[in-house]
Amino acid sequence: MELTADKIKELVVKPENKVYTKTPLLTDKTLSYCPGCGHGVAHRILMELVEEMGLENDTIGIAPVGCSVLAYEFMNVDMQEAAHGRAPALATAIKRLWPNKFVFSYQGDGDLAAIGGNETLHTCNRGENITIIFINNGIYGMTGGQMAPTTIPGMRTSTSPYGRDVQMMGYPLKMTEIVAMLPGTYYVSRQAVYSAKHVRKAKKAIKKAIEAQLEGKGTSFVEIVSNCNSGWKMTPVKANQWLEENMLDYYHLGDIKVDGKLVKEIV
Amino acid sequence: MGELRLMKGNEAFAEAVIRAGADGYFGYPITPQSEVIEYLMAEKPYERTGMVVLQAESELAAINMLYGGAGTGKKVVTSSSSPGISLMMEGISYMAGAELPCVLMNVQRGGPGLGTIQPSQSDYFQATKGGGHGDYRLLVLAPASVQEMSDFVPLAFDLAFKYRNPVMILSDGVIGQMMEKVELFDSIPRWTDEEVIEKNGDWATVGKRPGKERNIITSLDLDPYSMEKHNHDLFAKYQKMEEEEVRWEEINTEDAEYFIVAYGSASRISQKAIELARAEGIKVGLIRPITLYPYPYKVLQEKVEKGAKGFLTVELNMGQMIEDVKLAVKDNSKVEFFGHVGGVIPTPEEVVEALKTKIIGG
Ligand SMILES: Cc1ncc(C[n+]2csc(CCOP(=O)(O)OP(=O)(O)O)c2C)c(N)n1
Ligand code: SF4
Ligand SMILES: [Mg+2]
Repeated sequence: MELTADKIKELVVKPENKVYTKTPLLTDKTLSYCPGCGHGVAHRILMELVEEMGLENDTIGIAPVGCSVLAYEFMNVDMQEAAHGRAPALATAIKRLWPNKFVFSYQGDGDLAAIGGNETLHTCNRGENITIIFINNGIYGMTGGQMAPTTIPGMRTSTSPYGRDVQMMGYPLKMTEIVAMLPGTYYVSRQAVYSAKHVRKAKKAIKKAIEAQLEGKGTSFVEIVSNCNSGWKMTPVKANQWLEENMLDYYHLGDIKVDGKLVKEIV
Repeated sequence: MGELRLMKGNEAFAEAVIRAGADGYFGYPITPQSEVIEYLMAEKPYERTGMVVLQAESELAAINMLYGGAGTGKKVVTSSSSPGISLMMEGISYMAGAELPCVLMNVQRGGPGLGTIQPSQSDYFQATKGGGHGDYRLLVLAPASVQEMSDFVPLAFDLAFKYRNPVMILSDGVIGQMMEKVELFDSIPRWTDEEVIEKNGDWATVGKRPGKERNIITSLDLDPYSMEKHNHDLFAKYQKMEEEEVRWEEINTEDAEYFIVAYGSASRISQKAIELARAEGIKVGLIRPITLYPYPYKVLQEKVEKGAKGFLTVELNMGQMIEDVKLAVKDNSKVEFFGHVGGVIPTPEEVVEALKTKIIGG
């Protein structure tokens, strides 16, 4: 018997053999992300939760400008695409006009911490009852690897080719710690998706964030420290190692604020 | 007859926003239009009709709140004045690109830059020729009275949803600040969520509807051929506006040999100027464009065909609308400009003088 691809499919893909199925809330479009990029994993756990929590018909998501500008092509729910940095402003109005919908924004670090810093601060400060998913890869992935506000000291990017010099270029901005200090935020957490263990934890955190919104508690905010293997100019494996060895020293993982109370000393 | 009140233009606009059944107002204070958000906050429409009123952290946030709100199929509105409108331009371009309905009020003040808080009409180009990036048009309505500050609100919402396009009401500091008698229209109830879904559910993000296509709001399209098609589709829509939505008013034009062309506060001054000129036996009439886009080119062309001897445009700027008048008149009659800037208001006497020296005697 010749084992063609079709034959293998026929033999292996049986309901009793299936251990994992892609959620129907991810479309069949091929992801535009580079192989190894954390964006795809973050998309998956977010959409799995929307499905598992029965929110498919009650979700309005917002894609940013950044590599995830086309998130609406992949996340199979009603979506809006925002101008660079303005997703929280869109979310503010959407949630106020449709208080019973689950409203989330999905934003990169350039989007959320640089050009949209003001919208992020004020949305969290008003305690808008929305969920912000913040993908921090320490770089502007989409535009070809320029320095972001989150780029760690010494890190090389196309606009800090000799490494980020904090005297000249300023210090990495910890937006997550900043928004945790605002009374409007209810749940604030920093997670990662570079290993199976971390993916499971990140999913739990996003679930908590969604629950906070469904209970009307105020802003919930989950940062995901992610990789940009293309922008960092590393293989996916090397990028994940580098993330663990360098990014996590600066961006400590774990819950920062739970039930409206700081659970971690902010440093 | 509706309820009569003596009101400022800005207040009449704010009251009309509530009565028109708006779902959300998002704005940032700036003179000379801060009365709008002050009136709304004092009126508490969230108790009266359930309308949302929110003071945003900037005009940038406000216009993007409009984008989000409009994207859900609800009636959203903002107001600002010139510098704030400049800050909104990126968002306005996005809304035109994503074909989102909304109402934008600009109570113009003098520029450029921080300029002055005094009245002006120097945002004509910005409102009618673009302002933001890309090929797009706003429908632009120019109120000339406190009454129209009220009446144009439901009209603007109707047009915004008819064409799924932002509509700008281009007012100015004179109309916004002056007080006049206004007859308020009866309140139009806000759409219920079910009505929003029924009317706009085919395009708005109201949450996926079982058995229907999901909705996406975006202005992005990376495929050049489909982006070109999108631009053509937009222009087909603008073409329809040009065919169906041109509005204007004529005063004393039946026997007129000369014409003043003016909109907004300049048209009020010009109306008085026409009275003065007619008392001197000058046969002059007023053409007041009400829609600045689409512009009443044909109305002007008809006057030329009937032998008009000249057109004076009167504006509170350095001469912007005059370019549209010239586009209509071409070289077939005389076209001249008179105006003041920086918050200086032309007097009717000055307008008559300009008519005599630049058009009749010139
Ligand atoms: C007003 C404006 N300025 C600049 C850009 C160009 N731009 C697109 S994406 C981007 C940076 C995105 O970086 P980030 O938010 O970190 O997302 P990533 O691609 O890393 O996921 C920039 C500067 C833009 N689209 N709009
Ligand atoms: S450029 Fe970076 S962030 Fe963008 S898809 Fe590639 S790896 Fe991911
Ligand atoms: Mg980034």
